[in-house]
Amino acid sequence: MSAVIDHPGTHAGGHHDEHADHGAPHGWRRWVYATNHKDIGTMYLLFAFTMFIIGGILALGIRLELFHPGLQFINPQLFNQLTTMHGLIMVFGAIMPAFVGFANWMVPLQIGAADMAFARMNNLSFWLLIPAAIMIVSSFFMPGGAPAAGWTLYAPLTLQMGPSMDAGIFALHILGASSIMGSINIIVTILNLRAPGMTLMKMPLFSWTWLITAYLLIAVMPVLAGAITMTLTDRHFGTHFFNPGGGGDPVMYQHIFWFFGHPEVYIMILPAFGIISAVIPAFARKPLFGYTSMVYATASIAILSFIVWAHHMFTTGMPVTGQLFFMYATMLIAVPTGVKVFNWIATMWRGSMTFETPMLFAVGFIFVFTMGGFTGLILAMAPIDIQLQDTYYVVAHFHYVLVAGSLFGMFSGYYYWAPKWTGVMYDEMRGKIHFWGSIIFFNITFFPMHFLGLAGMPRRYADYPMQFTDFNMVASIGALGFGLSQVYFFFFVVVPMMRGKGEPAPQRPWEGAQGLEWEVPSPAPFHTFETPPKLDATATRIIG
Amino acid sequence: MKTLKAIWHSAGRLGTAAGAVLACGPALALKDLAGGPGINQLDLPPSITEIGRDQVWLHNFMLIICTVIFIGVFGVMFYSIFKHRKSRGAKSANFHESTTVEIVWTVVPFVIVIFMALPATRVVVAMKDTSAADLTIKATGIQWKWGYDYLNGEGEGIGFLSTLDAAQREMSDSGKPSGDDYLLKVDNPLIVPVDKKVRIITTANDVIHAFGVPSLGVKQDAIPGFVRDTWFRAEKVGDYYGQCYELCGKEHAYMPIHVKVLSQPDYTAWVDGKKKEAAAAADDPKKVWALADLSARGEKIYAANCAVCHLPTGKGGGPIKALDGSPIVVDADKTKQIHVLLNGQNNGAMPAWKQLSDTEIAAVITYTKNHWSNTTGQIVQPTEVAALRK
Repeated sequence: MSAVIDHPGTHAGGHHDEHADHGAPHGWRRWVYATNHKDIGTMYLLFAFTMFIIGGILALGIRLELFHPGLQFINPQLFNQLTTMHGLIMVFGAIMPAFVGFANWMVPLQIGAADMAFARMNNLSFWLLIPAAIMIVSSFFMPGGAPAAGWTLYAPLTLQMGPSMDAGIFALHILGASSIMGSINIIVTILNLRAPGMTLMKMPLFSWTWLITAYLLIAVMPVLAGAITMTLTDRHFGTHFFNPGGGGDPVMYQHIFWFFGHPEVYIMILPAFGIISAVIPAFARKPLFGYTSMVYATASIAILSFIVWAHHMFTTGMPVTGQLFFMYATMLIAVPTGVKVFNWIATMWRGSMTFETPMLFAVGFIFVFTMGGFTGLILAMAPIDIQLQDTYYVVAHFHYVLVAGSLFGMFSGYYYWAPKWTGVMYDEMRGKIHFWGSIIFFNITFFPMHFLGLAGMPRRYADYPMQFTDFNMVASIGALGFGLSQVYFFFFVVVPMMRGKGEPAPQRPWEGAQGLEWEVPSPAPFHTFETPPKLDATATRIIG
Repeated sequence: MKTLKAIWHSAGRLGTAAGAVLACGPALALKDLAGGPGINQLDLPPSITEIGRDQVWLHNFMLIICTVIFIGVFGVMFYSIFKHRKSRGAKSANFHESTTVEIVWTVVPFVIVIFMALPATRVVVAMKDTSAADLTIKATGIQWKWGYDYLNGEGEGIGFLSTLDAAQREMSDSGKPSGDDYLLKVDNPLIVPVDKKVRIITTANDVIHAFGVPSLGVKQDAIPGFVRDTWFRAEKVGDYYGQCYELCGKEHAYMPIHVKVLSQPDYTAWVDGKKKEAAAAADDPKKVWALADLSARGEKIYAANCAVCHLPTGKGGGPIKALDGSPIVVDADKTKQIHVLLNGQNNGAMPAWKQLSDTEIAAVITYTKNHWSNTTGQIVQPTEVAALRK
């Protein structure tokens, strides 16, 4: 049976087969009562892609309005709702669930576990996403429209929002609970369910980065929950945590938010580092260079991410020592991040490379993500940040690391692993069209934003001085192209694979790929590693 | 990145052509705004302050280092991509570890980062030194305008609001903008003298705003309930433009900042002019008022200061005394009520209102004496209040 959806032909047997599947439920029950990590992974990925498209439509609304100065299509209030909801939906609805989807699918396969440790909790953490998503998307139709205080939900602007703000806060609470459950599940799975011989330091880097990410999530999601709960009580129960009218401190909100927010940035990028660390060695046909230092670099990035939060707040007016501390600490993150990039390139060096779509996205990731890393280093310098804070330069920077980083990492992972998931190969030409469309339009969209930011154009502006027109037009055209590339990806790559159209995937579609996921047939059977496999010394092969 | 820049510059030019076609005319006449954004400006604006020039220098310094590293690292990567590919018969090596190399590429970036941080540290320290200012101005962010109050130095006491020119907002709504200073034109610019250290204290009335002017190299959040400061010393006379940089609600894009830097004599002349205006607008304490005028004035002062406790009905409540029918208010001896307002009563349960001007106190007393059921017909003139002030 295919692990994605049933398609005729691969489903050879009748009742016997189902019996062998331990009576796996069919029809809607298979999904609603799902406890299988592969099914839940698939649902996570489809959910995340749906939210990605919704968030993308909001982004196109923003770009439509900004195509030309003056207000043509969208009034400023709605515009603020679009920027806010685009951010919230992409961060909490698309990127985070998508990585959890990857983890659900791949972590048990990579470590030789039969399933996730807490299968029913796994079901709950997925199905919690649905009411949260409905609540957050439907907030556009509540009185006063969706929240419009920016995805950072800074106080005291949040106190001026309508009832949708409460819906948004509630939705974030639910999403947070879902993330925490998912993280506990991943940590317990990795620490307890590894096959004998799969020691931690032999574990694939994708599982490693997710282990660290899961710890980050457990550490910071409650902090976000605290910040938004205080916002809620300020709004309704007369507390004054952040309300200056009662002696509250709006800057404290920012400190709490960014104490969550900065590790959150790494939550969204570390799993992508893991994917890239799997793809590059596979297509260079050469083991990953510096495995140990990769693990340590990931851990140091995670630890450093807790002490840099106030670099988002250089213009709030902190004392000189504060600015210096956060500037130094932030610049320090460049070191372990640099180590990762060097290791990837050293892995490619003197390899025997081919450039199928996963590798193209991986190389594209390194190239474009590094540009985002450099702009991050530039923004870390407090005096330069004074000029660039809250301008389009920042918008360019974080889209370079989140789109070219997280998203391209996920595309790379999709092309790499989807043959295992679905049992069919994607069409290589279509994959290449998707890659080139994405990377070219991505740069057309976001590269001009660096110039807009340097020239001083503030972000979250519905209208702008005439001198900024041309670059905004270029960005809007690029955004449309980028959006269409993703629609193409869904209809011409994802849908055919899900319907089983295409060449059957061999068990090992990639010559150089190592790891236990390639030890099971394609498509991966509904149940894998029901008895713990015996592994060879490298923990990449089953020997019996 | 330089070449990328060049490529994007030409892409920008293409955009210009597209823009001209779409905008049918006005865009063609568009010019750079001196002190504001330039057309397709690619870099930080030229600065007229020391800090601003340092920022530009630091940015160039970083850009050069980053470009060199970028070319170095990706030179290696692309060399590898072209040389070490299977289609060219490359056989993969099997090395996957080298402690020496790992140490080198940890230590070298570390040293580079320190090398970057050193000049930045000096600028941070200079940037944060707001002491010994010649002129201190408070900038208050208000949804959606700026209030400027000159607190200290030449011009002390001047205060005014600065709002986006109404025509700009209409152009925005109509979707047909034009003008080099579109969305940057205000009614009352912030006026400062050239070559003087100006300290800007920021705060806000409602939500967080941010006072930022790129050409002056300043940006400081204006936070309600807090005062923060920044400074600049403009070295050139002229107009400089900035905008609000922190999301502050729906009109966020419509509260620009216009700083006009004047030469010292011009600035002194402006201050004198402002002072004269203020004097002309103030009440003449010797003026003799008619009952109706003074009572009308008093109604506003009552609403702003007294109605919170004594209520608009004048009935008070609980420990708050009623004014309607109060023996002191209706007493023929007007000095009794004047005393209460100037000095307070009941150990400050009724506070002293000395901070109000003579005219204001006279007006509000006259109002209470002739409102609700009080019909004394009495009128208290400002001079009577002045006589009782100690």
